[in-house]
Amino acid sequence: MTKAKIKIYFSKGNVGKPITYELVKKYDVMFNILHADINYGSEGNLITEISGEEKNVADALKYLDELDVKYKMYTKSIIRDEDACIDCGSCTSVCPSGALTMNDNDELQFDKEKCLVCELCIKACPIGIIKVEL
Amino acid sequence: MKTVAEINEKIKKGKAVVVTAEQVIQIAKEKGYKRAAEEIDVVTTGTFGPMCSSGAFINTGHSNPPIKMQSVTLNDVPAYAGLAAVDLYIGATELSNTLGMEYGGGHVIEDFVAGKDIKLYAKSYGTDCYPRKEILTTINKNNVNQAYMYNPRNAYQNYPAAVNSTDKTIYTYMGTLLPRYGNINYSTAGELSPLLNDPYYRTIGIGTRIFLGGAIGYVSWQGTQHNPSQERGENGVPTSLAGTIAVTGNLKDMSTRYVKGATYYKYGASLFVGIGIPIPIIDEEMLMYTAVANKDIYTPVVDKSGNETYDIKYNYEQLRSGSVEFKGKKVLTAPLSSLTRAREIAATLKDWIQHSNFTLSEAVTPLPKEDKINKLEIREMK
Repeated sequence: MTKAKIKIYFSKGNVGKPITYELVKKYDVMFNILHADINYGSEGNLITEISGEEKNVADALKYLDELDVKYKMYTKSIIRDEDACIDCGSCTSVCPSGALTMNDNDELQFDKEKCLVCELCIKACPIGIIKVEL
Repeated sequence: MKTVAEINEKIKKGKAVVVTAEQVIQIAKEKGYKRAAEEIDVVTTGTFGPMCSSGAFINTGHSNPPIKMQSVTLNDVPAYAGLAAVDLYIGATELSNTLGMEYGGGHVIEDFVAGKDIKLYAKSYGTDCYPRKEILTTINKNNVNQAYMYNPRNAYQNYPAAVNSTDKTIYTYMGTLLPRYGNINYSTAGELSPLLNDPYYRTIGIGTRIFLGGAIGYVSWQGTQHNPSQERGENGVPTSLAGTIAVTGNLKDMSTRYVKGATYYKYGASLFVGIGIPIPIIDEEMLMYTAVANKDIYTPVVDKSGNETYDIKYNYEQLRSGSVEFKGKKVLTAPLSSLTRAREIAATLKDWIQHSNFTLSEAVTPLPKEDKINKLEIREMK
């Protein structure tokens, strides 16, 4: 099993095509949609995690290339220095995916799975303890 | 009715009943104000937030030959030296000459508290009594003379939440504000916050002994922009910007856990300051004030782009929930001040008092109960 986090760009012409269905059917990969912003007849993007057998994931991405569907691989990830965090919470309202939230004890909670690596939290952190890792 | 002296007698014997400003809410609910006031002696408060109007005086000691420092930098951050020869004031928001916003006065203060060596560079014109014209050396908290925090305005009694009505992200001292009401940021310790627990300053006044940055400090004056005449709710709690305090304490005794340099992107530097104030429960009225809960504390919303004004007020229970409804849509809310650390401060102060390491002081004189805020008008020079 392997996982790849990607952002698929849907051009106007692609929005009507059942791309995700084809990927699931042809390559037996699982989709975990993290963020979607697509409307029929206009452009959009889909951030998703694709998981499955290593070969299947690779073939699925190749299939996107063949269809000329543009996508971006998330090779970076956000890291937070937990010990240095003061739990102020400034980063939570700029986080578009709900990856950064305050828990019931008012501590900062970071759910890496939900993170879209938009990097807004890096600027929002007043003590500079959120960084991007390659 | 209890006097502060009576409460101090109990503290010295280790018999004082001390609870935090969060704990008192439940106790008051269960026992009622009257009984709770009889049983509880002290309620401790706490806050840990960015407080720009902060800084520290440092006396570096004299070199040989001596210098009357005229322009000074500490780790490349300018300090004010328009005082006697080697007295300096480093302000929290001053920016580094070399690193800009990344490192400011607040970071210098944190590094000083941490015990690190600080690069001192000073220039002067030289006088008959102070002939030296330049000095480059290091200082730290063990080799300077006095070093005390003096913050002209801290612990704002209430603070408006911030939003952005424009089409662009704006970067403010209230954090990153996303376009088109994309988020709301607010800053308070709410029901734990010192001045919200003594809304009319009945016990907190000039001379009050407090927890400051992990050490013992004092309220030294009313803070700048102290605005006690602000509109208040039925419970006496101001519904916007109101009272403030100036505080002072020995910087050398403080801890970086409660004194932390900060940078707000594209705004600049600041300092997180930890403050805790004990409130003596001298009567039922005081207990009632300390039992204030987040749902009873309201604050307005201000457009930080300055374009719009709103009538709406939210209480801190709503803001703390992580989202509110604003202009018909769900908007994420975020705090700027750390509630976990505020809670820790209230608990630490409680512990100090319970172990007889901290006694209460009566205010030498009260904070002004009436005052107004002046605007700076552009006036003709005569």
